[in-house]
Amino acid sequence: MLNNRAKLSEKMFDKDIEMAPTRDGFGNGAVEAGKADERVVVLCADLAESTRAEWFQKEFPERYIEMGVAEQNMATVASGLANYGKIPFIASYAAFSPGRNLEQIRTTIALNDVPVIVCGMHAGVSVGPDGATHQPLEDIAMMRALPNMIVVAPCDAEEARKATLVAAKLGKPIYLRFARAKTPVFTTKETPFEIGKAEVFWAPSAPQATIVACGALVHNAILAARELEKEGVQVTVINNHTIKPLDEDTILKAAKETGAVVTVEEHQKAGGLGSAVAELLAKKLPTPMEFVGVDDSFGQSGEPEELIEHYGLDVPHIKHAVERVLRRTQ
Amino acid sequence: MLTDENIQNIEKKANAIRQTLIEMLEEAKSGHTAGPLGMADIFAAMYFHVLKHDPKNPAWEERDRLILSNGHIVPVRYAAMAHAGYFPVEECLTLRKFGTRLQGHPERAKLPGLESTSGPLGSGLSQAAGYAYGARMDGKKFYTYCLMSDGEHDAGNLWEAAMFAGKNKLANLIGIIDRNNIQINGYTEDVMPLESLRDKYESFGWHVLEVDGHNIEQFVTAVGEAQAIYEKPSVIIAHTIAGKGVKEIEFDYRWHGKPPSGDEAKRFLKELRTMGGKIKCIDCEE
Repeated sequence: MLNNRAKLSEKMFDKDIEMAPTRDGFGNGAVEAGKADERVVVLCADLAESTRAEWFQKEFPERYIEMGVAEQNMATVASGLANYGKIPFIASYAAFSPGRNLEQIRTTIALNDVPVIVCGMHAGVSVGPDGATHQPLEDIAMMRALPNMIVVAPCDAEEARKATLVAAKLGKPIYLRFARAKTPVFTTKETPFEIGKAEVFWAPSAPQATIVACGALVHNAILAARELEKEGVQVTVINNHTIKPLDEDTILKAAKETGAVVTVEEHQKAGGLGSAVAELLAKKLPTPMEFVGVDDSFGQSGEPEELIEHYGLDVPHIKHAVERVLRRTQ
Repeated sequence: MLTDENIQNIEKKANAIRQTLIEMLEEAKSGHTAGPLGMADIFAAMYFHVLKHDPKNPAWEERDRLILSNGHIVPVRYAAMAHAGYFPVEECLTLRKFGTRLQGHPERAKLPGLESTSGPLGSGLSQAAGYAYGARMDGKKFYTYCLMSDGEHDAGNLWEAAMFAGKNKLANLIGIIDRNNIQINGYTEDVMPLESLRDKYESFGWHVLEVDGHNIEQFVTAVGEAQAIYEKPSVIIAHTIAGKGVKEIEFDYRWHGKPPSGDEAKRFLKELRTMGGKIKCIDCEE
């Protein structure tokens, strides 16, 4: 059952639930952050409309900085701006930022320890028809390996708005991961959001397994848990938006209670959320795990739903993963 | 205003910086020698004449920013900063050692006054452009200087920054290129031809000046001209001799990435302390 304390949308399971891409949350959050703090600037690499940086540009044209197709320059100019005292958001597709400018992010933002907010849009296979070149599945792995870097993958547009707003106040390097496709907006203004604090979204009375998910697939995880419950299997679902630093307490508590964990992410299995959770459990509480993610493969063209299904990220695949992990505990 | 006395003072500081460089590189037993020696005159001119700065208050908001893009020549910056009073000259001997603030390549967060973290080449000009852009937004009056090597002009990131600064007419940004014609794999024009650097920068919307990088008067005058240009960024192409001040090192690219050994250091220090044998040395080890 839904965790009441999470204050999720009443329309959670309705067909007419509001749909919006998480990048819209960035667009709205950046405007709010800009209103709250004059030091906020937004840099964009020739993708103002699709990254929603345009929304900030319309509100604050003098604080919008157009970089052209130059992601390395965008990261390093942002480093200088942050060193000077501004709060720069840098917006592009995650395939290019951090895909192309990883060294610049490593040296001039992470090692330099300056508050640049790296906003990677169009992450994952749900980018759709553009194909593999534009479907980054490695960005979480790259960014979470960097010291000083915080990594957050919001689960819907509302959480993305909150994450954007909070990121501007952190004073630290942070990576925010957003998606292109419209997905259900199932959290509300009242849903708690704190960086580094995972939230239990589905909390049955006697859970047998735990799903730890991030990004828009959290919704699929809840749908899977709901179906499993009807089939007599109780599963906890954790919205683990912050991949680094990981909320160890929440994950360990659930793992201890259930003894079986499934991770769910729109990312390579190697190096992402699943790896982060596995590192934690291997060290502190060895627990049988299954990983829902892309299995050492690139994406391809197609519609988002087709690709989510093809790469094994849909509700039936999440259910199968829970069944697999439960078989291992018996 | 630059007097003859100013020039002499800067030249003396440059000599002191070179001596410290030899001592710290010998002690470190690794690091780059030729590049730092070649830039000693310019660093002396910057820290002892050009820069508006306060060694006792490195975080002073109105200070000029000096971004070092080619981080591997940072020993010359450390030596110049020490002689300017940012920290004791003796600390220079901790260069590259465990626990030091003087990392092999500069880390801003470790040592106040460094302004940026650099080493991977081609990224300094964009950081400097970021400083300059932010400062102009707030109507700040300070200048941002960016010291670059010639070899790093192979990198695309640098030209992205040149384009950005030109587009935005960042007149408060002044680039300084250490044009010594060498890089690790050989002469720059063999590795990847850079000429005409002047034409390239001009076509990107910059004002270009060229000077002898060992002529203090020429260099300082060029900085003054660059400051006076108000409608575009300026770049000073400073023609330098890698290893300048030590005859054995001058013009020899093999000295790019190695430090002097004990005997070499003694010879080099004697050469510096006697102005190349012109004066008597009072404290040379024989």
